[in-house]
Amino acid sequence: MALFEGLSDKLQSTFKHITGQGKLNEKTIKEAMREVKLALLEADVNYKIVKDFIRDVTEKSLGESVMKSLTPGQQVVKIVKEELITLMGSHNEKLRFSSRPPTVIMMVGLQGAGKTTTAGKLGALLKKEGKNPLLVAGDIYRPAAIEQLKVVGEALSLPVFSLGDKTSPVQIATQSVKEATGKGYDVVILDTAGRLHLDENLMNELVAIKGAVQPDEILLVVDAMTGQDAVKVAEGFDKALDISGSILTKLDGDTRGGAALSLKAVTGKPVKFAGTGEKYTEFEAFHPERMVSRILGMGDLLSLIEKAEAGFDEEKARKLTKKMKNQELDLEDFLEQMQQMQNLGPIGDLMGMIPGMNNKAMKNIQVDEKEFVFMQAIIQSMTPKERRNPGILNGSRKKRIALGSGTDVPRVNRLIKQFEQTKKMIRQMGQMKGKFPGGGMNLPF
Amino acid sequence: MIKSFFEKVTRGLVKTRTQLTDRLDLLLNQYGEIDEELLEEIEDILISADLGMTTTLRMIQDLREALVEKKINDASRVLEVLKEVMMQHLSLEATDRLAYDQRPQMLLIIGVNGVGKTTTIGKLAHKFKSGGQSVLLVAGDTFRAAAIDQLKTWGERVGVETIAQQAGSDPASVIFDGISAAKARNTDVLICDTAGRLHNKKNLVMELGKIFKVARREYPEAKLEVLLVLDATTGQNAIAQAKAFKEVADITGIVLTKLDGSAKGGIIFAVKDEVGIPVKLVGLGEGLDDLEDFDGAAFVNALLG
Repeated sequence: MALFEGLSDKLQSTFKHITGQGKLNEKTIKEAMREVKLALLEADVNYKIVKDFIRDVTEKSLGESVMKSLTPGQQVVKIVKEELITLMGSHNEKLRFSSRPPTVIMMVGLQGAGKTTTAGKLGALLKKEGKNPLLVAGDIYRPAAIEQLKVVGEALSLPVFSLGDKTSPVQIATQSVKEATGKGYDVVILDTAGRLHLDENLMNELVAIKGAVQPDEILLVVDAMTGQDAVKVAEGFDKALDISGSILTKLDGDTRGGAALSLKAVTGKPVKFAGTGEKYTEFEAFHPERMVSRILGMGDLLSLIEKAEAGFDEEKARKLTKKMKNQELDLEDFLEQMQQMQNLGPIGDLMGMIPGMNNKAMKNIQVDEKEFVFMQAIIQSMTPKERRNPGILNGSRKKRIALGSGTDVPRVNRLIKQFEQTKKMIRQMGQMKGKFPGGGMNLPF
Repeated sequence: MIKSFFEKVTRGLVKTRTQLTDRLDLLLNQYGEIDEELLEEIEDILISADLGMTTTLRMIQDLREALVEKKINDASRVLEVLKEVMMQHLSLEATDRLAYDQRPQMLLIIGVNGVGKTTTIGKLAHKFKSGGQSVLLVAGDTFRAAAIDQLKTWGERVGVETIAQQAGSDPASVIFDGISAAKARNTDVLICDTAGRLHNKKNLVMELGKIFKVARREYPEAKLEVLLVLDATTGQNAIAQAKAFKEVADITGIVLTKLDGSAKGGIIFAVKDEVGIPVKLVGLGEGLDDLEDFDGAAFVNALLG
């Protein structure tokens, strides 16, 4: 998991240094702020924003209460955190839905930011929330852009409205809203062509679309890897269109995502969603306060829990818990558990959300997703009887399973061992139960 | 070509230019002598052009040394020295250009998502074809929705054929098909598209390594150019991209795209400094002709005015 990892690392090491000292003086603050400045600039936060930020934090850190504090380092961390939250916003800003449907959402941005993919992802997310969205192919310029949206729509079972590439985008937008009203779609997601904020003609076209359909949301789609220019892009689009928020894409890279800070600071409009992978499900509400926690190395337990809740089948989870309690876990459950884990997305992503896991330590852990495929194949090559009672697995059975799953006997043995270890771990956790107030550990899964 | 490059970069960077030049002019008029404050202002300007902190500090250090060495203390001459220092950092070589008349050759176009690979291929095909070379395109992006259609549309626009398989097929095998076709038809230039991939996706980067190996193994007689496409808007992440891709393929050059925006593309200095890959081409717009050979002096001039 990348997100703000690099920045998080840097700030952590800086503040470890400060916390290690008994008292905080002006010199130490300056030194720390230099590190913060470097980290933020390397994270591509706009240099003007960095300057303001450093000035504010320095001023606040030099305040009396900090100097008198027993743990000055912690106080600086607190101030940096508060200031970052002030910059980024304190909570997820939800979409505004029109009281008179359809709600019109317009996607705008530079070329290659990821508008088309994001339109599909947003549609899928809204559909999951019970809406009935219509995707609109408004990019008539880029070769095959309409086709791309159609393929995306098909993959997600979302309807796509298109008038081909000979009708003007303003016409397409107007017609699509009529179509939605007539056919009962309650959300219209309007894909538009990528364009430069400097291109007056194309910017005017967006203004015309805005005038024609009066969107409830105008979302600026921005690549998380954007550098210093993010500020100008955001200013340009916001000035022309008065955007309502933004979506950060490609946040699954190792980018430090300073663009998120810049966007919010310069437009005052919130980042509402983030794209976190190539899969259509890898898209989520953006939680700035959690992002700040992550920057400061506090992990992102909230996101983890939410992800787990969304990805898990509650009924199955209840059954599993019961089995775990009675210590009757068998390989069937093991298999199911693995499949559910995979529904949550890459394991590495999940691990990054656990506090203490998101810095250096994580870099040495390579979670091999292929291993899961092998493990599943092995279990699937067993008979139901074997799955329920792994004890009966003898040499010849193992050989047959290895052959059937395209693996080898040592791998089958390894799986059985892993299963036994899991059982043992669960047993130990069961024994620990009474020792915790509130009774037992609440695993998110 | 140099003139047209300069014109296009200048046109592309017109906003940048006025802003930077105005600021520098203001600065240089303000200061009679070079002092720390002036150097700090220059530092800000370089950082705002995406050179990154490390490269900027290195550049400022070099500037300092050059000023001392040349015994220059007059603020009005800072700009010329800065340009020299920036040129040194680009350390351009004659071999940094594409060999337009060589044949056969194969161009492998790689990069993260959304940087403009397919558009660049369209423009490259047009460039080679205009120079009298026969060109064949290969739709190696079998992953992204409608990527094959997008490349085919470019192919039709330029008037060259595209070798493709079904969406979702193995990209290395499509590239293999392309090489076979190029050999059979005695094609001069084979240009291969690849799917955009983030450089930290280990499996996808490995897949690229496989494609690269296939290219080298199956088509040894062709001059292989591996071009990494970088979006000029990208910040410090470009360094990580270049490093990661370089691990699996011998990148021969960079195509810096979207230079017609307000981004300055200063990241190429850091990429050259830290990864050692030269820029070969720049993308300056969406038209077929908006791809030019990189000209360092013009670039630096256009950047600083």
